[in-house]
Amino acid sequence: MLDRLQELKEEALKKAEEASSLKELRELKVAYLGKKGPITEVLKGMGKLSKEERPKVGQMANEVREAVSTRIEEKEGRLEAEAMEAKLKEESIDVTLPGRGINKGSRHPLTSVIETIEDVFIGMGFSVAEGPEVETDYYNFESLNLPKHHPARDMQDTFFVTQDLLLRTQTSPVQTRTMEKHKGKGPVKIIVPGKVYRRDEDDATHSHQFMQIEGLMVDEGIRMSDLKGIFEVFVKQYFGEDREIRLRPSFFPFTEPSAELDISCALCEGKGCRTCKHTGWIEVLGSGMVHPNVLRMGGFDPEKYSGFAFGMGVERFAMLKYGVDDIRHFYANDVRFLSQFNRV
Amino acid sequence: MLVSYQWLKQYIDIDDLTPQEIAEKLTRSGVEVDIVHSMNKGVKNLVTGKVLACEKHPEADKLNLCQVDIGEEEPVQIVCGAANVGKGQYVAVAKVGARLPGGMKIKRAKLRGQVSEGMICSLQELGFEGKIVSKEYAEGIYNFPVEVPPGNDAAEQLGLNDEVLELDLTPNRADCLSMLGVAYEVGAILGRDVKLPDTEMETDAENASDYITVNVDAKEDNPYYGAFIIKDVKIGPSPLWLQNTLMASGIRPVNNVVDVTNYVLLEYGQPLHAFDYDRFGSKEVLVRKAQEGEKIVTLDNTERTLTADHLVITNGSEPVALAGVMGGATSEVENDTTNILLEAAYFTPGTVRKASRDHGLRSDASTRYEKGVDPNRVREAGERAAKLIAELAGGTILSGVQEFDQLDREPKKVTITLEKINNVLGTSIDTEEVNGIFDRLKFPSEEDSGTFIISAPTRRQDIQIEADIVEEVARMYGYDNIPVTLPSTPATPGGLTAIQKKKRKVRRFLENAGINEAISYSLTTAQKESHFTEEDRLRVNVALPMSEERSTLRTTLLPHLLDAVSHNKNRSSLNVQLYEIGSVFRTEEENVTKQPEETTFLAAAFMGLWHEHLWQGEKKPVDFFVVKGVLEGILEELNVTGEIEFVQTEKPGFHPGRTAILKVNGEEAAVLGQLHPATAKEWSLPETYLLEADLQKLMELETEELRYTPIPRYPAVDRDIALVVDESVQAGEVEKAIRELGGELLKHTGLFDVYQGEHLEAGKKSLAFSIRYQDPEKTLTDEEVAKVHDKVVSGLEEKLGAYLRV
Repeated sequence: MLDRLQELKEEALKKAEEASSLKELRELKVAYLGKKGPITEVLKGMGKLSKEERPKVGQMANEVREAVSTRIEEKEGRLEAEAMEAKLKEESIDVTLPGRGINKGSRHPLTSVIETIEDVFIGMGFSVAEGPEVETDYYNFESLNLPKHHPARDMQDTFFVTQDLLLRTQTSPVQTRTMEKHKGKGPVKIIVPGKVYRRDEDDATHSHQFMQIEGLMVDEGIRMSDLKGIFEVFVKQYFGEDREIRLRPSFFPFTEPSAELDISCALCEGKGCRTCKHTGWIEVLGSGMVHPNVLRMGGFDPEKYSGFAFGMGVERFAMLKYGVDDIRHFYANDVRFLSQFNRV
Repeated sequence: MLVSYQWLKQYIDIDDLTPQEIAEKLTRSGVEVDIVHSMNKGVKNLVTGKVLACEKHPEADKLNLCQVDIGEEEPVQIVCGAANVGKGQYVAVAKVGARLPGGMKIKRAKLRGQVSEGMICSLQELGFEGKIVSKEYAEGIYNFPVEVPPGNDAAEQLGLNDEVLELDLTPNRADCLSMLGVAYEVGAILGRDVKLPDTEMETDAENASDYITVNVDAKEDNPYYGAFIIKDVKIGPSPLWLQNTLMASGIRPVNNVVDVTNYVLLEYGQPLHAFDYDRFGSKEVLVRKAQEGEKIVTLDNTERTLTADHLVITNGSEPVALAGVMGGATSEVENDTTNILLEAAYFTPGTVRKASRDHGLRSDASTRYEKGVDPNRVREAGERAAKLIAELAGGTILSGVQEFDQLDREPKKVTITLEKINNVLGTSIDTEEVNGIFDRLKFPSEEDSGTFIISAPTRRQDIQIEADIVEEVARMYGYDNIPVTLPSTPATPGGLTAIQKKKRKVRRFLENAGINEAISYSLTTAQKESHFTEEDRLRVNVALPMSEERSTLRTTLLPHLLDAVSHNKNRSSLNVQLYEIGSVFRTEEENVTKQPEETTFLAAAFMGLWHEHLWQGEKKPVDFFVVKGVLEGILEELNVTGEIEFVQTEKPGFHPGRTAILKVNGEEAAVLGQLHPATAKEWSLPETYLLEADLQKLMELETEELRYTPIPRYPAVDRDIALVVDESVQAGEVEKAIRELGGELLKHTGLFDVYQGEHLEAGKKSLAFSIRYQDPEKTLTDEEVAKVHDKVVSGLEEKLGAYLRV
């Protein structure tokens, strides 16, 4: 009987090895290990055996069952894996086909410049202030030390609505408006972005509507050296760590002393090129110490308080930053232009 | 202001510095030099020549054959086309091998069979601008006013070896509208002295008072008027140096008398005017306000009508000059003039500014008067001019300048402390250094233990207050030398306001939704807006628009956004989604007297495809629901928690059946829909959708702070229902009814299918909703669900006549 079992085992293992489908294996399982299978048959004849022989045969039969069953399972596993692999191969795709894009709109480059600059100054504790675009003569001019008939009014040709109302020519009126709100008490630290208007014919470098960012800081003991310090932080953060700054005397009715801020030219690294008109420097904004008349009209005592103010052209910054050559691009809203800024 | 380097050298010792170095120093200390340009635009090998003979070219009427002595052994033959060439003239000759501006090279040539060895030049050919060339030579070749030995360097004779600094002056530095002013500035920078011009004049025994008296009515506007008489002058061309100097300064030479007045104007910054005494018409100068409607013909041969605002010089009856702006034509100095009445006057800035503006006339004189001339140099400039006229035009100056004089010549006194200077600048400059700076500036000052009293020279009208002195010190000390510090102010939080933060959120949302941001002009036309507005909307108009196109402030963002869409469509961008956030301007006044209401609006326009994925065959054109989805997204972004309702509506410019307004808590806050096809045609657009929202209103709505809701611990039960309703019933109504009927157990409901067609009877549609019931406290039983669901179904039938589709 033991021989018979050995024979069955070899036969089953061989068949399992030769099986080429899961179906065959299943049949094999039923054939050898099922209730009507040969091993069960063998065990049925055990009653005829002697007491000594019985456990041996029983043990042998179990071993054979175990071995066959394990082999079939192994084989099943192998076949399943092969089948899966074959199926996945059929599912292969062309990974070079284009991805399913997610539409991304663009931030207008002027908005981008404004928000970036706002964030730099917010980092230094400034708030963002805003004001009306239709202004009174008082806030736009008079409170900024530009009385009627002042020659410097010529610097800003104005769209008037009435004798007293106008489209603001600068964001500076928000200086006075904000100072008034502070009721003569510092510190005032604001940055003011906004649209302004001047009677210019639109061309590559002029636009009757453009944007400015104004800055104002008023408190006790503010010095011109502080203005330099703030500019250094601003320029390095906005234009890059390697940029140098310099101040150049200038004139604005609302500041005294006044200064233009120049930054070293990035294109030629200060050696002189066409962009910087061969000077190595690029003019970026106007600034100065707030004129005592302006402080006074804003309700601050110029004997006690001092401050600095600055104003910059947003288009100019965008042109410098992105190399845009014509200011009209900013207002044409051509998607071929706008969509280039969807990474800003 | 154009500053000739050679001329500047006459007032200050700058031989050791190049024009470029001077320019850099001026720019760095506050007088910006735009550019330094050479008078020589590329002229080489230009010599003086004398025309020995000149006859007609045998083969060409308009050409002349000239024999010209150019200092070589033999004269050369030059063919010259200028009509004004003639025998005996001294001319500028470009020899064979010479170069002219633009790189032109002169070669030996044959013109109609005649050899030409060189070219007799006009000033324009040598690089002078036509407008500064004396009229005498404007149409032909130049000839020297005096004998010049042939063969000399003509470039030098013509002042081409000079360089000119072009100043870009700020309005406060009117003092630098004069050579002396610039010399003082350079002197202050370099610490050098200024050499003043010679003003000593020889006068005749005869008295000017026998010829002229001066009366001023308008004393406020004309506190000083000086009249000089110069007799027996001979009008002629100015000497070469004077012509060259004027041309370098951008002024056209006219004749010796007029040239002198212009020269002194540039030298002193003091305008002067020369009248022909014999044509003046009387022996009295009377300065008064013009009569209303009075007329004068000015030097530019234009008749001008005056008002009582304008100051005129008269001969007692007739106006002869518009004070400080331009002389009159009747008493102009001409070639036969022999006696000169020379005016040196102080007119106040306001009066000249007004006249100059009213008549659109800006002259070299008016730009200087407008900014205030130096009261201490008015007479001196007159003396200087009288002296030069006598020297150059050969006249005699009568003794005794006739004048009216109530001019305040006192310098402004400003007091400042050293402490103040250092406090403003953040510096630690000492007294000695500050004193040194005042010395260099030629500001007389007294100092006593740290307090300075400065007498600001009257040439520097801009120095009025402490801050002006601080700036002068800073300029001379050098802005570069000011230290770099940070404010010692207590820390402030800074940051954005809630509204500003919301605005940024909306922008980010729209960007991420795939919509590009546009920025357009605020000025527009009423006509453009009329497509979207009621007829009688009140507007804020610009008083004197530059063009009709920009005559009024926008009250809606839509038209310019459509312009932008149309611009893109015309450039073959067919899928365009744009948004803009900006102010609209609304007034309630017929005639605007106060600031209009400025409201932040948001508009968006959608044309073409919303989504597209070509190789997967997906194309999703924009439609109403795309726009609605965007708006809903914005509401979510803004955390709008109030009652939100979309109500079908009709609006000008919009499709009557595909337009809605958004109501938040019952108030209209936005309009959205399809652009009316008729309006779309106006912009040549295909099917386009629009959205315009009162963003300000939406941003100002109260929002609830975000709180966490516990995640339900008990399972939900989902039920779907397909309802048949009349086609007039809106999905929104049904959804609202479901919510109401479902009560607290209804957790969520959403529309998932709309059907209308052959499987339904006419006039009906089917709406399918999914409904989720849930109780946060326990697991719902089948009975409980059935009870509420039955209530919903029967309620819908009752309210809306809806029945279940089977």
